[in-house]
Amino acid sequence: MSNLLKLIQESRASVLQNWMEGIRDLSRRRGLIDERELEAQSGDVLSAIADVPADTNLSNIDLPAWQTLKELLGTLSAARAVQGFSPSETALFVLSLKQPLFELARKHWGNKANELFSEITLTNDFIDKLALYTTDSYIHGRDQVISRQQEEMLELSTPVVTLWDGIVALPLIGTLDSSRTQVVMESLLQAIVQTNSRVAIIDITGVPTVDTLVAQHLLKTITAARLMGAECILSGIRPQIAQTIVHLGINLEDVTTKAKLSDAFRLALERSGRAVVRVSKANTSAHAAKEL
Amino acid sequence: MAATVLKTETIHIKSSSDVVTARQQVRTLAIELKFSLVDQTKIVTAASELARNTLDHGGGGEMDVAVVENGIRRGLRLTFRDHGPGIADIKQALSDGFTTGGGMGLGLGGSKRLMNEFDIHSQPGAGTTITAVRWK
Ligand SMILES: Nc1ncnc2c1ncn2[C@@H]1O[C@H](COP(=O)(O)OP(=O)(O)OP(=O)(O)O)[C@@H](O)[C@H]1O
Ligand SMILES: [Mg+2]
Repeated sequence: MSNLLKLIQESRASVLQNWMEGIRDLSRRRGLIDERELEAQSGDVLSAIADVPADTNLSNIDLPAWQTLKELLGTLSAARAVQGFSPSETALFVLSLKQPLFELARKHWGNKANELFSEITLTNDFIDKLALYTTDSYIHGRDQVISRQQEEMLELSTPVVTLWDGIVALPLIGTLDSSRTQVVMESLLQAIVQTNSRVAIIDITGVPTVDTLVAQHLLKTITAARLMGAECILSGIRPQIAQTIVHLGINLEDVTTKAKLSDAFRLALERSGRAVVRVSKANTSAHAAKEL
Repeated sequence: MAATVLKTETIHIKSSSDVVTARQQVRTLAIELKFSLVDQTKIVTAASELARNTLDHGGGGEMDVAVVENGIRRGLRLTFRDHGPGIADIKQALSDGFTTGGGMGLGLGGSKRLMNEFDIHSQPGAGTTITAVRWK
């Protein structure tokens, strides 16, 4: 049991004041957070520490009693990552609570070396653990920021393009994983409706891996497009992908496939009653002559 | 014959972005080992299937990817571990089209076909460990 907890409960206001003095720089220097907000957050953290039962063990932050504190620190640190704080600044927020707590311990046990030592050791370990937890949460928060940015980038890089009147194409690029695939496929279906297209080309030249999940998404989209009256052509199936698909046992027999996007486009034109023909030189000059 | 491990790395699989990381890690090592493009694709695809099974059916776990050597041959060994519900009937799970989760039911059998060695250890209630090797 820690006697320090009881002390914190008794002198919450002065601890907060001392703590704020230590971290005020954090807001001043970088201007990333305003001082009042920082004070409110520090107050919340301190309350989460002080409001646990006074006999709660400080050496195990996995106890249910510390859940509120951890959740609070978790949210704060993830937010710090978004606000642009560095990892060390985020950890410093928690670490600088040591000073006021040591101060508190010194005032109380100043003349009892043994007690003072054991309380300070306990407090020190406790704050270190919280700081580590904070850093983990910060990294997690930053990972989320990065993966969201990646997702946004990938979404931007896969627009549906109209190749011709009634022919749309979706050149897929990058990793296809559930959430993004869903979005991309839906945008294709939407484009089919908007452009009243009868043929849609899905090009997977830029997709590094086609596994069962990707295949299932592709097949679902192709079926849905069919229901809307549009035929899909799957293009850009590279040799290594073709082999892998066969080994996986994925059945693409009902799907029209082409090795290259240009072949798919030619087929799409044919299907819509058009053809690409080479204009002979004679014809071109005759045409040109007439125009003159 | 037991294979010598030359290098090993572990990736935790807790979310679908970890599946992407697992694939990337496997691809990097497959390239390092100078596997052909077709073989690289096979290994990466198998890794993708098994990693996603670990996540979706096993409730998360980890993947070890190891560069192994067996006499003169080198290869890539993937080990997937989870402590999920386990697989009650392994033969059934391996059969094409069998799924308990609305998938295509091709991932497990498919990755077995994509690799040279494939071994499933599973105990209902205790989890699943799958080891798969592709030799050069
Ligand atoms: N790690 C695992 N833990 C528990 N059950 C598993 C595990 N891996 C596979 N299974 C079981 O085996 C079945 C078949 O797996 P398989 O990968 O072949 O198909 P799937 O994952 O359902 O669909 P998909 O074709 O998309 O992979 C799964 O539906 C699941 O019931
Ligand atoms: Mg699967």
